[in-house]
Amino acid sequence: MLARRVIPCLDVKNGRVVKGVNFLNLRDAGDPVELAKQYDLLGADELVFLDITASHEHRDLIYEVAARVADQVFIPFTVGGGIRRTEDFRRILKAGADKVSINTAAVECPELITEAAAEFGSQCVVIAIDPRLVGYYDDGSPRWEVFVHGGRTPTGLDALEWAQRAEALGAGEILLTSMDRDGTQIGYDVALTRAVADRVSIPVIASGGAGCPKDCVEAIIGGQADAVLVASIVHDGNYTITQIKEAMRSAGIPVRMEVGTSAE
Amino acid sequence: MIAILDYGIGNLKSVERALTAVGAEAKVTSSLKEIREADKLVVPGVGAFGACVTGMKRQEFVEPLIEAIEKGKPVLGICVGLQMLFDESEELGPTPGLAILPGRVVRFFPSDAPSETVQGLKVPHIGWNTLEVTRPNKLFKGIPDGARVYFVHSYFAQPSNPSDILANSHYGINFCCAVQHENLFATQFHPEKSGAVGLRILSNFIRLVN
Repeated sequence: MLARRVIPCLDVKNGRVVKGVNFLNLRDAGDPVELAKQYDLLGADELVFLDITASHEHRDLIYEVAARVADQVFIPFTVGGGIRRTEDFRRILKAGADKVSINTAAVECPELITEAAAEFGSQCVVIAIDPRLVGYYDDGSPRWEVFVHGGRTPTGLDALEWAQRAEALGAGEILLTSMDRDGTQIGYDVALTRAVADRVSIPVIASGGAGCPKDCVEAIIGGQADAVLVASIVHDGNYTITQIKEAMRSAGIPVRMEVGTSAE
Repeated sequence: MIAILDYGIGNLKSVERALTAVGAEAKVTSSLKEIREADKLVVPGVGAFGACVTGMKRQEFVEPLIEAIEKGKPVLGICVGLQMLFDESEELGPTPGLAILPGRVVRFFPSDAPSETVQGLKVPHIGWNTLEVTRPNKLFKGIPDGARVYFVHSYFAQPSNPSDILANSHYGINFCCAVQHENLFATQFHPEKSGAVGLRILSNFIRLVN
């Protein structure tokens, strides 16, 4: 059976990893390549690099990061943040990334999903959705609204409808980050994850709120997520990827247990 | 030198990088001279089956490929590079393949697949799945049974000769995920994206001799 995936997410600013990884004894804890290599060795199934570079003049550094990671790391990786056009997809993929995630650009220009899927294949088009619980519908079901610009701008879009539409437009995967849970370490929003997973037939990556391995298990069993995105839970050294996978395996979830070794 | 056949489809850099990482001298090339002179060939392939076959023919790669196989040079097909070796594919077709190995390429899920076991399974099959090696061989030397490798595909090969099957995987049904005929090897999964296991497979490949 296909393994459920554990995916560390690294925030990159001006070509450097920020919100550093504290537990690894690295010479340069800000180097995306060093960190990617370490997480590969520690059992990451994929990696996500989220570019949070604000200034325009440093935007191109992410392409260099992608090329350097691809030179040395041989597991799939996704690059997201600041991608606006089909041409940006081409550059990121050419640099060696396997997938590209888009968020604000997809909301502002949904045709970008279709164009990118037609040109590069759905498998490399990841739609990142950042919902927040804003109320309840008359029937009592929760209303999650999509926010963009890093969670600052409401869009009026219902997250479940947007996920379904993104799939119809050609998205290959949904990266679902709960704005209510992000950074809290109190667990993923299982209800949100489940609601989206029930709406779409493409894989859903649960994100936001992981505090312990049990949270990852719940996102997969209760939330029906295909993968879990992890950040501070592993970056801070509170838990290892292996511990998360052992918890998943004990719960009967298929995981990839063999841990990487170097090429030599 | 290992020649990675460039017929204008997909990003071949990752295959080249992974081969370089395990110590090979590998080059993405569309030069017939370089392909004929190479000790080993890698036939990558992504996207549509028909487009790959057309690309191979347009570049006149089929003849040197068959020549290399006949001479016993190690050859490795990857993904659609495996599928193309067979007679035909269901994809947008039937679409004729290179007919180097007998068999067909079919879509997930074939009509004889039991609906209760494939219900809810997503196509394309993307992610890490297990490798069940059917017989001892040089390509998978040192790879433990059940090791996971990375797949991205909607179609898979059904070789007519069971003896050509080198490994199977399981996604609702058992399917062939690697083949071998003498020194011709091919994998449905992507060794260049399969972490340490994939690098070990590529390292085994570069050590094969004519």
